[in-house]
Amino acid sequence: MLEIKNLHVAIEDKKILNGLTLTVNDGEVAAIMGPNGSGKSTLSYVIAGKPDYDILDGEILLNGVNVLDMEAHERAAAGLFLAFQYPLEIPGVTTMTFLKSAMNAQRKSRGEDELPVAEFMKRVKAASDRLGIAQDMLRRGLNVGFSGGEKKRMEILQMALLEPQFCILDETDSGLDIDALKIVSEGVNVLRDSKRSFLVITHYQRLLNYFVPDTVHVMAHGQVVKTGGKELALELEASGYADYKTLAA
Amino acid sequence: MSAVTIIRSKTEQAILALFAKHKDQLQGQGSFGSQRAKAFASFEQTGLPHRRIEAWHYTDLRSLLREAPPLAAKPASHVVQRAAEKNWSTDQIDATRLMLVNGFYDESISSFTMPQGVKVTDVYKALSDPSSKNFHDHIGQATQSSDPLIELNTAFMNGGVVIEIASGTKLDKPLELRCLVEGIDPVSMHARILVIAGDDTEFTLIESHQGPDALSYQVNNVVELFLGNNAHVHHVRLNQSGNYAVDLSTLAAVVGAETSFNTFHMVNKPGIARHQVFVKMQGEGAHLSVNGVNMLNGTQHADTTLAIDHAAPACTSRELFKTILDAQATGVFQGKIMVKQIAQKTDGKMMSQAVLLSDDAKMNNKPELEIFADDVVCGHGATCGALDEDLLFYLMARGLPKAEAEALMLAAFAGEAIETVENEDLRAILEAVVGDWLGQRAHHVE
Amino acid sequence: MAAVQDTIDQVKAIDVDQYKYGFSTELEVDKAPIGLSEDIVRLISAKKNEPEWMLEWRLDAYRRWLTMREPEWARLDYPKIDFNEIYYYAAPKMNAAPQTLDDVDPAILETYKKLGIPLREQEILAGVQTSKVAVDAVFDSVSVATTFKAELAKAGVIFCSISEAMREHPDLVRKYLGTVVPVTDNYYATLNCAVFTDGSFVYIPKGVRCPMELSTYFRINERNTGQFERTLIIAEEGSYVSYLEGCTAPQRDENQLHAAVVELITHDDAEIKYSTVQNWYPGDKDGKGGIYNFVTKRGDCRGKNSKISWTQVETGSAITWKYPSCILRGEGSRGEFYSIAVSNGRQQVDSGTKMIHLGKNTTSRIISKGISAGHSQNTYRGQVSAHRKATNARNFTNCDSLLIGDQCGAHTVPYMEANNASAIFEHEATTSKISEDQMFYCQQRGLDAEEATALIVNGFVKDVLQQLPMEFAVEAQKLISISLEGSVG
Repeated sequence: MLEIKNLHVAIEDKKILNGLTLTVNDGEVAAIMGPNGSGKSTLSYVIAGKPDYDILDGEILLNGVNVLDMEAHERAAAGLFLAFQYPLEIPGVTTMTFLKSAMNAQRKSRGEDELPVAEFMKRVKAASDRLGIAQDMLRRGLNVGFSGGEKKRMEILQMALLEPQFCILDETDSGLDIDALKIVSEGVNVLRDSKRSFLVITHYQRLLNYFVPDTVHVMAHGQVVKTGGKELALELEASGYADYKTLAA
Repeated sequence: MSAVTIIRSKTEQAILALFAKHKDQLQGQGSFGSQRAKAFASFEQTGLPHRRIEAWHYTDLRSLLREAPPLAAKPASHVVQRAAEKNWSTDQIDATRLMLVNGFYDESISSFTMPQGVKVTDVYKALSDPSSKNFHDHIGQATQSSDPLIELNTAFMNGGVVIEIASGTKLDKPLELRCLVEGIDPVSMHARILVIAGDDTEFTLIESHQGPDALSYQVNNVVELFLGNNAHVHHVRLNQSGNYAVDLSTLAAVVGAETSFNTFHMVNKPGIARHQVFVKMQGEGAHLSVNGVNMLNGTQHADTTLAIDHAAPACTSRELFKTILDAQATGVFQGKIMVKQIAQKTDGKMMSQAVLLSDDAKMNNKPELEIFADDVVCGHGATCGALDEDLLFYLMARGLPKAEAEALMLAAFAGEAIETVENEDLRAILEAVVGDWLGQRAHHVE
Repeated sequence: MAAVQDTIDQVKAIDVDQYKYGFSTELEVDKAPIGLSEDIVRLISAKKNEPEWMLEWRLDAYRRWLTMREPEWARLDYPKIDFNEIYYYAAPKMNAAPQTLDDVDPAILETYKKLGIPLREQEILAGVQTSKVAVDAVFDSVSVATTFKAELAKAGVIFCSISEAMREHPDLVRKYLGTVVPVTDNYYATLNCAVFTDGSFVYIPKGVRCPMELSTYFRINERNTGQFERTLIIAEEGSYVSYLEGCTAPQRDENQLHAAVVELITHDDAEIKYSTVQNWYPGDKDGKGGIYNFVTKRGDCRGKNSKISWTQVETGSAITWKYPSCILRGEGSRGEFYSIAVSNGRQQVDSGTKMIHLGKNTTSRIISKGISAGHSQNTYRGQVSAHRKATNARNFTNCDSLLIGDQCGAHTVPYMEANNASAIFEHEATTSKISEDQMFYCQQRGLDAEEATALIVNGFVKDVLQQLPMEFAVEAQKLISISLEGSVG
């Protein structure tokens, strides 16, 4: 599904990723853990195509196609989805309008017809019910005045409706209380299938209790320094990141 | 000479006569004379600013200035002696003091020694001394040449002080500039103060003004402030001018890169005041904070006019002004934030709030944005209204008499702006001025 | 998705090089000689068969205008207008005043058809529009057709050209004309008094809710011709009317002058909702050509609890100088101003409003959204004042500016004058650009840069767009979208 080969990335002359290599297979849930400043969020932005970064070397292949040549919206249409750590607010644009616009823009670029309104509404209703999102929230400006937890749920709602192939969850657990974490995890679990892969970026392992990964990668100094199974997350929880901070230095 | 086209007010005619009478006696005939003549010619052409001039719409000097008193002369020794005996609200503050009497610097009643890195020059002497290079190089460089008050000041200036602060100088005591008007006859004064501070300087400058009540004197001071890079400067202006005074003043500052400049202005005494603050943010990453409180009563008219010029990238500016108006007072706030095209990443916010305590009071608010760069976050707000009646009732229901409840709310209202002053002693003095003003008002109310 | 697509289209429409109303219509024209003089004023008055008092009124205005000077306070930069290089009267040649649409030159009907403005009632009824809209079509200096007059007359509503009103309802015209915008109000208004040629007249009798939306569609066609129209709307006690105007002009290299005056009067409990979609030719991307739009619009809330609401969508004109205002005279009256001003290319906009609170308990609300792009300059200028006797006056103002590109300017100049303690004014203004993070967020969800911009802009102007009457939303959309639906021809 996703292959990252020898990725070197800098922002404003500061090197963040130093030859990162990572593979996520079809249907796999891969967790990326690491101390603050290890480059986790940079990785998510670079995959999604945020313009501020300088790609110095390397490749990112989605199903064999290098996405580095694509603009952000083209990557989205190709099936990449990033659940933002800090979702943006767009005043005056209702969540409903936004969802519909995004969905149809993606369908259009894939050469598909627009979704009939009734079908769209049906899907939105089903997905928002599952995530405990009230309908009136969908008629308010996107993320405007939403709590941290509401914003994160809105991200998962978008993920559910846009049906991406490859989902990146960037610190989705931050700012969530335990009940919200459960709802969000259930929302994501429902989307898990053999065709869809996930990259879960997190500092703590608590999300991984509810959304159990197949593999866990530890990132430090812009590289993957260790890879293991889900038990690695528990190890990290117990021992902390202290060992990794010096490892690649 | 036939005055076919230009109709002059009586005051304007008097000003023309003053210039004709004094121009040959003022200091700096040779080198400075032509600057003077040019400035006066410009004034001659426009006359006193009036309501049809956009920047003077709410403060029509042509109708507000009823007379042009004679120019103040250099004070005689007995006047200086009396000046030395005055009490000031800042007396408890340990400061290095510079004294101006009727617009003339007087060394004899100023602090005996200046701190290291500080050099003081008398403008009266510098005007006719070509070797006072810094004075001649800097004069007029921080100001907008088109401003009528500055033109008048340039035409008539005969005194003032130049304060040079060498790069790297960090003053532990504030510098205080005391401007006193002393005498029994109405006079007009046009002092010029230049502060030239180098890179990496840190200091606090207090500007205190005092003058006799019931005397209709006129002051038109201009302070030019040149701040180098990476400086940290605090400035507070206290105005205890006389209640009949016409107090016109301009602070023009040029701010260097990474420099922070915090300036606070209080107007509560003069009968007519126009206080202009023009700041040019010339270096990248500078931070500016301009704040003030105006408290007006009787038939006072006070105008605060700001022009904040973002001429370099990534500067921030914050302005907060509070106006309290009682009786038949008129308040004016004009604040303009300008963002040049080069000034990307500008962050500017301005707020003007006014409380009207009387139906005869007037408030004119004109905040303004002028933006030529796209990557900016700028905003302004303005509010105006009476005191919140619900809150007033709440306080009265807790047992406070009306006057006290109002005073409490007003003190809090003014306090928000005073909080921006870092120096604790100065904050206390400003709060005391507010307290006194409210006390007098309560006295009238009851 | 429709809403997004519409916005994209609107954003495209503001690209000055894509102005699609730029065609002109070849017609035989009855023109006054070029230039301005008392004779021209007399000629215009004679062409309209005006009563003597009207001619005197015009001549008086002309003489006063000669002593006046052009205002210079606006943030506008344009070469001095030579008022003697303008034709003050141009009308399509017609044998007599058209009685029915069949008398109107087919070329004119075709023009309106191209513009998407239905003039044939049966076509409107057969069309997709669910509700009826009556149209007064003003072509250069004259009104060529007014629809649904008969049906409106049944309700007692008078809707006709102002020329016709002067002949048919002289008492009403004489009673109200020039009472809101005095003859010497300003340079352009005074000029308009002298030379106005046509415009619309609306009278809603006591207690009547106008049974349909009214609209006027202004078209400048002739070269070097100024358009000076005059609109007068009177709403008697307890009545209501919603009115929309639209404006377009051919693409020409020279600048053309449009100086209109609009006067609104509401009596007790009456309400006028006035909406404008202004899309005069803005000039090309280098600033060549385009309409100079100097307009005086003012409403007088004379009666208690009456209300006047201005909504404007300004996308056209090389120069816009326009401040639709409300005089809140009646106790408890209310004024509203909702504005979207889009500027691109070399356009210059200096627009805003005045809310003059004279009566007790009067309220006003101002929402202004400015969008500047290209090399344009966009200024909001607004005045809110409360008179000494306007106790408990309330105003809320919100002005937001959005900058697209780093060569344009956005300016905000509010004047707030409170003359009594119980007046409460609140004003807030912001200027910003679309954040890169917002853009990336939208793009990550699959929208391309243009779509993302459109979506965010759409959100930015939403509060104002919502104010356009539903019935006209379709028409406004159509007026805007003509420019997009490919070439005319």
